[in-house]
Amino acid sequence: MRRSAARTLATCLRVLTQLRHDPRTVVLMILVPCMLETLLRLIYAHHRASFDQAGAPLLAIFPLTTVFVVTSIALLRERIGGTLERLLTTPLGRLELLGGYALAFGLVATAQATIASALTLGPLGLHVRGSDVVLVVLAVSVALLGMGLGLLASAFARSEFQVVQFLPATILPQLLLCGLLVARQRMPAGLHALSDVLPLSYAVDGMHHLTLQPGAGGAVWGDVVIVLAFAAGALVLGAGTLRRRTP
Amino acid sequence: MSRTPGNRGSRADSRVVTGSELTPQRREETAAVLARDVRVRRGTAEALRGVSFSIAAGRITGLLGPSGGGKSTLMRAIAGVQAKVTGELRVLGVAGGGAAVRRQLGYRPQAPSVYEDLTVAENLRYFAAIRAARIDGLLERVGLGGQTHQLARDLSGGQRARVSLAAALVGRPRLLLLDEPTVGLDPLLRRELWQLFAELAGEGATLLVSSHVLDEARHCHDLLLLREGQLVAQLTPSELIARTGTHDMDEAFVRLIEQR
Repeated sequence: MRRSAARTLATCLRVLTQLRHDPRTVVLMILVPCMLETLLRLIYAHHRASFDQAGAPLLAIFPLTTVFVVTSIALLRERIGGTLERLLTTPLGRLELLGGYALAFGLVATAQATIASALTLGPLGLHVRGSDVVLVVLAVSVALLGMGLGLLASAFARSEFQVVQFLPATILPQLLLCGLLVARQRMPAGLHALSDVLPLSYAVDGMHHLTLQPGAGGAVWGDVVIVLAFAAGALVLGAGTLRRRTP
Repeated sequence: MSRTPGNRGSRADSRVVTGSELTPQRREETAAVLARDVRVRRGTAEALRGVSFSIAAGRITGLLGPSGGGKSTLMRAIAGVQAKVTGELRVLGVAGGGAAVRRQLGYRPQAPSVYEDLTVAENLRYFAAIRAARIDGLLERVGLGGQTHQLARDLSGGQRARVSLAAALVGRPRLLLLDEPTVGLDPLLRRELWQLFAELAGEGATLLVSSHVLDEARHCHDLLLLREGQLVAQLTPSELIARTGTHDMDEAFVRLIEQR
């Protein structure tokens, strides 16, 4: 048990060290959400209500896309570069490997969500009635979802070109259906039903609840649990792809 | 430098020549790896077409043969990362791999499988951490003492190959599977690595070292000659010379195939 924790932690540190050698990526991951929230505020300069509506959901979408891209490419590199095959011959378990990645990207997502929400809630003046802490918790849950989806995408891609295409393929449809553009209740029945089985819908629902309701309501926690369940499902499915294979 | 034992084998059956004074039963009990009719399907073809052999513990076994003959597939099968393996394959006394075997196994894949965006020391520290081992002196042993803090991506191909080797040696595994560890290295370095392999065997490790350079047979205690997914022979270098009447390893290999 202690050995297992040590291997998970070692993997987390390794992933963070890789990021440390790539400061440009880290800066982009932190700055881009801040830039986009600022842009949103400027676009809605005369529509404060619209900014309040879109600002919080956007905070949930950033970690999904950034962590998806970073995870899918990092794991694709592990698969192509042979390090995954090597790791599978060591005592490191598949869940320990994923746990290490989850810890590392969870930390990055927490930093990203904290900084972006601090800017959005502070200087940009977003009105959120709910709890700031729950907002960050929801953003980190979405990051874990991005990790699970990125892990799955890496299993179905042979190159970086392919894996990056999975971002518009899997995330953009969710973005259209999540209720950000058109409220889900007002969509055609078929699309509404489809949006019910997509995880981003619950992340955006949760952000809407946080925007409108004071405190940390039960509805938000329900959304957090659903997002985490999707993340866990994707991670378990993805773990199944980290196995011996016929090259 | 190479510790080639004398010719002490009896020529056994016709197809696969085995060379050892041990009785077959004794060989199997002490073998680090035991394979019986191992086959690997790859697509519609068979990459390994029923190979049987045993690898003696504490010795250097050379896995030699031309490219595409199944060497890497066999290595991967023993390492437990190859799919669609049939037949019996016992590694360190255990069939089917598992965590107990992985703790005692060092595998160095053919491609230098290290993290390009980490330094040499960071790479080794990670592989040491997941094996709960230490790395002291390992970089000096593979001749990388001066490159400790360089990123792996900034190294030459040969240096990266040695980082990959060092990563397999971390934690003093009992069984080392080294896939083409000396390819592309300069002759001086190649000699140093074979000296290192001899030292490791002297310390009790079992080494399976593959190469498509047949001349490297000189450095091994035992040889497995693999061609087109089949075992041409299992014998010692001196038996190979005695049997084919030549010291030229390429020529010996050709004669061996012609004799079959």
